[in-house]
Amino acid sequence: MDSTATLDILRPLVSGADFEVGQSVDFTTIYVPADRLVETCLALRDHPDLRFNVLTEVTAADYLPREPRFEVVYHLLSVPNRARLRLKVRVGSDGSVPTVQSVWRGAGWPEREVWDMFGIVFDGHGDLRRLLMPDDWDGHPARKDYPVQIRKAAQTYEPLEVSEEEFRANIERDRVKRAH
Amino acid sequence: MAEIRTETMTVNMGPQHPSTHGVLRLVLELDGEVIQSVMPTIGYLHTGIEKTAEQKKWQQVIPLVERMDYLAAQSNSLAYALSVEKLLGLEMPQRVKDIRVLIAELQRMASHLIWLGTHALEIGAVSMLFYAIRERELLMNINELIAGFRFFPSYIRIGGLREDLPRGFHDAVNAFLDRFPTKIDEFERLLTKNDIFRRRTEGVGTVPLEDAYQWGLVGPIARAAGSDYDVRKYFPYSGYETYDFAVPRATEGDVYARYRVRIAELRQCVNICRQAIQRITPAGVWACSDTRVVPPPKDKVYTEMEALIQHFLIYSQGFTVPVGDAYVPVEGPRGEHGCYIVSDGSNRPWRVKMRAPSLMAIQALPAVARGSLIADLVAIIGSTDVVMGDCDR
Repeated sequence: MDSTATLDILRPLVSGADFEVGQSVDFTTIYVPADRLVETCLALRDHPDLRFNVLTEVTAADYLPREPRFEVVYHLLSVPNRARLRLKVRVGSDGSVPTVQSVWRGAGWPEREVWDMFGIVFDGHGDLRRLLMPDDWDGHPARKDYPVQIRKAAQTYEPLEVSEEEFRANIERDRVKRAH
Repeated sequence: MAEIRTETMTVNMGPQHPSTHGVLRLVLELDGEVIQSVMPTIGYLHTGIEKTAEQKKWQQVIPLVERMDYLAAQSNSLAYALSVEKLLGLEMPQRVKDIRVLIAELQRMASHLIWLGTHALEIGAVSMLFYAIRERELLMNINELIAGFRFFPSYIRIGGLREDLPRGFHDAVNAFLDRFPTKIDEFERLLTKNDIFRRRTEGVGTVPLEDAYQWGLVGPIARAAGSDYDVRKYFPYSGYETYDFAVPRATEGDVYARYRVRIAELRQCVNICRQAIQRITPAGVWACSDTRVVPPPKDKVYTEMEALIQHFLIYSQGFTVPVGDAYVPVEGPRGEHGCYIVSDGSNRPWRVKMRAPSLMAIQALPAVARGSLIADLVAIIGSTDVVMGDCDR
């Protein structure tokens, strides 16, 4: 299915949304406004002629210094219709995108990865923590203004210190617990 | 009478647990032996390959992407090369396509053998590991033959292959293909009707088809639940549409079904390899003729000025790729491997992103493992065939 046919189905379902067809060499690319994303995804998943039932991945690209700076990219797959589709959402450096977890449950971790790597916020995401980098990491490594090679001091944690009295009291408490 | 305590216990599994296939940490909440919740923590193998790739020239990225899913190296590089070739608009000669198919299938067998060995080992069939690794060793030898490197051959390049097939390649592949089907029979005799193995795997870790799609799981996990989605059939690449092979399926969706699907895939791999090796002539073209990407033949470099310049440019500056983005998926051993690349028109990629089937599989783990026994978790992880290098990249 080509881009015009997809858009013809999509436009009445998501009224008033300003879709835009992107250039592509492989399969249809559609730019979606961030505020209509969830609605669009629901329509894409549920309409009998589209049925994009699998979200294969969510990723992003940083087009610094272009503004808006980021493009969040969604690759959709329709197994019943043997079709692929790419959605793109333009986001500024402090903008955000709604999560599509309610449409495809598998969106959770890929969105976390995009947050981790690019610092793009996904509104309504249940668990937007870092995925690949350590929890206390500064910055978002895949951004173009993030240096490629940096030196970061190794992190050490204070060893757990327990006095002998505490240690014995712990063992005693365990023993009492087990006796009950 | 003492009151009955109902506290749950929190157990850390990993990051250095033998069954976690790399460094995966799972925080388990247990009620006795029953898993109440699983919280996977990943990122221990994150090495920033995608960021590093942005600093390299297009061709130099091949060895990098091979190190992502280190058990299916050439599946990564095939996905990457196909994506870049899509953007460049290159069409490969038939012989290159056939060699790539052959290599991809050999790689799938090598990956499935590691899965088979480790999965059975974790469930208790220790000797399986040795039988599986023994066969994989022959595949590693073939890698060494074509590229001098066993794990990450980097033999698939943008624009074709690194060089022509070596002498003795056909004999090595044919010897393996003659031997391997009897070895699959041997594996099956050890496991398929093994009562212990079946009791450990049947009805365990069931993933229904709808759930698999919801979690973005395609590949063997979805096919074990009744899906017929296979990139090689749905979106053929590298000439797979000209091969005659079946897509193995099962309907139960449990660990045992995944085992059966992968074993059947091994047989189909042999089938595809036989067809491919018959088509491949011992000597012939090994790259496309596009002089933007492929350096001219050596005799021209020594005799013609233009060829010399072209050779020098390709090896010093690399080549440029038109502005745009592309995503060409391939069917990797773990599911859909795809490489999303963005080019800004320069000689280095602007963005390289590999779709990681293992990431999706681990994401679904809490939902799959909830309510099962802690011993079953080991079987479930083994059956999803996750590779942490692929997951963390």
